Amino acid sequence: MSFWLRPLFLAAMIVLACLAPLGQGNYIIYILTSWLLFSVAAMGLNLTLGYAGQISLAQASFMAIGAYITALLTLAGWHWLIAMPLSLLACFFIGLLLGYPALRVQGHFLAFVTLAFNTLVFLVLRNEDWLTGGSYGLVGMPRPDFGIFNTAKQLQFYYFALAVTVVAALVMWGIVRSPWGRAFRALRENPMRAESLGVDTRRITLLAFAIGSAYGGLAGALVTPLVQFIEPGSFGLVHSLRILLMVVVGGAGFFFGPFVGAAVVILLPEFLRFTEGYYLLIYSALVIVMLAFAPNGLIGIGARLRARFLPLQARGDLAQGSRLK
Amino acid sequence: MTAPVLSIRGVSKSFGGIRAVRDVSFEVAKGEILGLIGPNGSGKSTLFNCVLGQLRPDEGDVHVNGKPVSGMRASELNKLGVGRTFQQLSVFPQMTVLDNIILAGQEHHGTMLSRLLGKPDAGLTGQAEELIAFFRLDHLREEKAGSLSYGQQKLLDAAMAFMAGPDLVLLDEPAGGVNLTMLADLRERLQTYNREHGASFVVIEHNMEFVMELSTRIIVLAEGEIIAEGAPEEIRANQSVIDAYLGS
Repeated sequence: MSFWLRPLFLAAMIVLACLAPLGQGNYIIYILTSWLLFSVAAMGLNLTLGYAGQISLAQASFMAIGAYITALLTLAGWHWLIAMPLSLLACFFIGLLLGYPALRVQGHFLAFVTLAFNTLVFLVLRNEDWLTGGSYGLVGMPRPDFGIFNTAKQLQFYYFALAVTVVAALVMWGIVRSPWGRAFRALRENPMRAESLGVDTRRITLLAFAIGSAYGGLAGALVTPLVQFIEPGSFGLVHSLRILLMVVVGGAGFFFGPFVGAAVVILLPEFLRFTEGYYLLIYSALVIVMLAFAPNGLIGIGARLRARFLPLQARGDLAQGSRLK
Repeated sequence: MTAPVLSIRGVSKSFGGIRAVRDVSFEVAKGEILGLIGPNGSGKSTLFNCVLGQLRPDEGDVHVNGKPVSGMRASELNKLGVGRTFQQLSVFPQMTVLDNIILAGQEHHGTMLSRLLGKPDAGLTGQAEELIAFFRLDHLREEKAGSLSYGQQKLLDAAMAFMAGPDLVLLDEPAGGVNLTMLADLRERLQTYNREHGASFVVIEHNMEFVMELSTRIIVLAEGEIIAEGAPEEIRANQSVIDAYLGS
């Protein structure tokens, strides 16, 4: 996507997101809010997996850590504005630690390391009931009140979540456009070459995990006041796989991929509800078709069309043989 | 007399019972282009990897600008002023030519934090464009590196090694797979860069014509040992080199 097209697309998405809940009932607004916070979680995984090429099946566990820290602190009377950054910091540092195995193992092995971490977090949340409430979870967390703006109502909370999502997206945009973003992509494409050009691949790998995990924590910090009831089952491995599906369906390594992917995974089943008992069947079939025909995700279709219909200067050179000019 | 840019003293490296490199010593002076040739399995790549920190020598040591570098990570070595190319194509295919070149220089500018908060191009677009023009890739600056022809990617690969202004560049078979027209361009560009910037090169190459015309001095390795050393014309006439490598 060109330099000017991307901000225009971002502005159009923000306008659409502002208009989307108007005139809708509480349930639809709740679904739209879920789309926003899963987009945040998927944005984080997109950095780790899509930009930096490090597989992770633990994003839901970071949502859990963020959600539980926010829940415990807000239940203890702390404001969300204090609880949220603490959740983010905790996830950042735990993500940093999770990144260490990535310095030694890659691919399937790394996937299993992160999968084990997700299971570990799930078991801790379920068994340490003195802190987490065990299988019964935690309930009654307040929604943030900012004095002039209270998020108690569903529509207000939606706009609050939208504001947080926009800020998170702008920060992510800054990261992926910066030299860090270039180093993340270099790590994905050719780590040995990146290292030979001065990129500290160890540090950049750890940062990819830490920042991606912090986004998971932010999503978790939004889940807590949204649902006001959290339990370990909401953050199991299946949810990490769902977030992975969002990144892959939307387009891994594309900035807007997570938003599109989260829309497909969260919103599409709701649109298909009119088919009653068949909606999951149709949804699964659609996902299979999408992945078969768009392996680079839905955003990747645009890039493929561009490559197909717009002749490249380099291709012209290839036709003439390998000459400089 | 100025200190050598690269100094290799008594380096030996074995793999199991096989001695890949045996007691190799030589120096590379500032501005020198040294060709390293020899048959397959002669120890050229092992020696390269000992210099680049990917292998730790069993014996001997390697100094760059007077500093010991054995076991040093490639990124640290790069910051000491060592650039390299790989035998296989080693560009970032999904990134544009411009981004490939900027990446090659960005880690030498500012701190980690300033690279996050500063300009997206780390202030390197101008310098990168000059280098792209120098290697005559300017008409391709916005193209993805992966869409370039093999020869163009090879040229980009070489250009990336020069972005950080290195004192020493190790080129691993830069001519491999490059057609004759582009080969002449590549040699001319490397010689011009060497002349204008005073960088030293060590070149591993099997293309004899290319390496003989590019280098100011040649070292010949066979079975892990130096069997000859001298100016290109001396090497061409050396009977032991002809017997071991060049043939009649």
